[in-house]
Amino acid sequence: MTVKHHLTDDLLMAYSAGDLPEAVNLIVATHISLCDECRAALGSYDAIGGAVLDTCDSSDMSKTSLNAVLDMIHAQNTQTHTKPETDAAKDDVLPAPLRDYVGGGLESVRWRSAGMGVKQAILPTSRDATARLLYIPAGIAIPDHGHQGLELTLVLKGAFQDDGGYFGRGDIEVATEDLNHTPVADISEDCICLAVTDAPLKFKGLVPRIAQPFLGI
Amino acid sequence: MFTTNMLTSQYQFSPVANGIKIRDSSMAAADGTETLTKGTTNTVVPFVDDLVAVRDTRDEAAFIRVFGHFGPRVKSFLMRTGMDSALAEECAQEVLVTVWNKAHLYDATRASPSTWIFTIARNKKIDVLRKQRRPEPEELPWGPEAEPDQADVVGLQQESEQLGRALRDLPEKQRELIEKAYYGELSHSEIADQTGLPLGTIKSRIRLALERLRHSMK
Repeated sequence: MTVKHHLTDDLLMAYSAGDLPEAVNLIVATHISLCDECRAALGSYDAIGGAVLDTCDSSDMSKTSLNAVLDMIHAQNTQTHTKPETDAAKDDVLPAPLRDYVGGGLESVRWRSAGMGVKQAILPTSRDATARLLYIPAGIAIPDHGHQGLELTLVLKGAFQDDGGYFGRGDIEVATEDLNHTPVADISEDCICLAVTDAPLKFKGLVPRIAQPFLGI
Repeated sequence: MFTTNMLTSQYQFSPVANGIKIRDSSMAAADGTETLTKGTTNTVVPFVDDLVAVRDTRDEAAFIRVFGHFGPRVKSFLMRTGMDSALAEECAQEVLVTVWNKAHLYDATRASPSTWIFTIARNKKIDVLRKQRRPEPEELPWGPEAEPDQADVVGLQQESEQLGRALRDLPEKQRELIEKAYYGELSHSEIADQTGLPLGTIKSRIRLALERLRHSMK
């Protein structure tokens, strides 16, 4: 798989720093699950975090601290280490971080119709940003919309096209306020995306405004 | 995982450096010969050997050394992220307990001790301050366990040293912004208050700082 559209430095660095809303963390983790380049890049941002930790002054810990920690590890020493969890529920479409939020594979997604054959499922994250799975039938366009904040769209199955280019599985589109776009699902296959927004979308034209409450975006 | 070419603007996939292998801890513990190959000699970064000893032989003396070095730094780091001293102390203790409990996941070819402990401290911060769980990328598929190469361990640790130097050598304003980003001091509206700079300027300074780091790693 060749991923062509990647995460930005801003997003990688903020993910490494732990400074993003949960929904954004989810899409970053999902993209990295599909993209070796960004996985490698994340490694270097974590290494910067390590270097920052090294430059920290040390704050004295209380005298009882070490003993408290040793007591904690002794208290649990009898536990055997569990192996890293093996992935029982492999899924061709949903990488592990998404399966955690869906509660299983693609068949476990609780879709709701959003009209025109489009379906969506909002995932349970903190409210400072929203993560939703979108199911877009082949050849269907999502209404033209601008947005106030950030919109991230990651393709999980099929492909879509808009002014930003052609996006296939693993590709992520990072759209900011300036971009008005009308993603159109590729004609050959239904498209499943993970979309994350940190502010409500603004649709243009009457029909999309009616659709907006249904889409909840 | 970190290699020089990863900080260049064109990331390249490096099979060795990306640490594709995922260790089976039970095998590591059961197989003494494997232990010897996992990075126990002359590394340039302190605490690699100690962390490996904690991992492979549950060496408490080594753990106490790790605690002595990293405990106070983790506490300091957590205080910078906004915790008061008492909470930071408690969380630092929990971070070090996690170091002990998850030592079987430590891979000296993938991360320096500082980097690995940073990720644990960061996750603790998200857990406590944001009250969120943190979605992590899917682990790479299990392959045949490649022999961990001592040269990879040393190479990675040397690069970590080099990165640390490069960070210290940055112009002060750029270095401060990088640090603030990792302490979480660059989010929200206080950005402008704290730095007196508009967001665009902050972003371009961080970009410059990253460019310099990349350049230093070439």
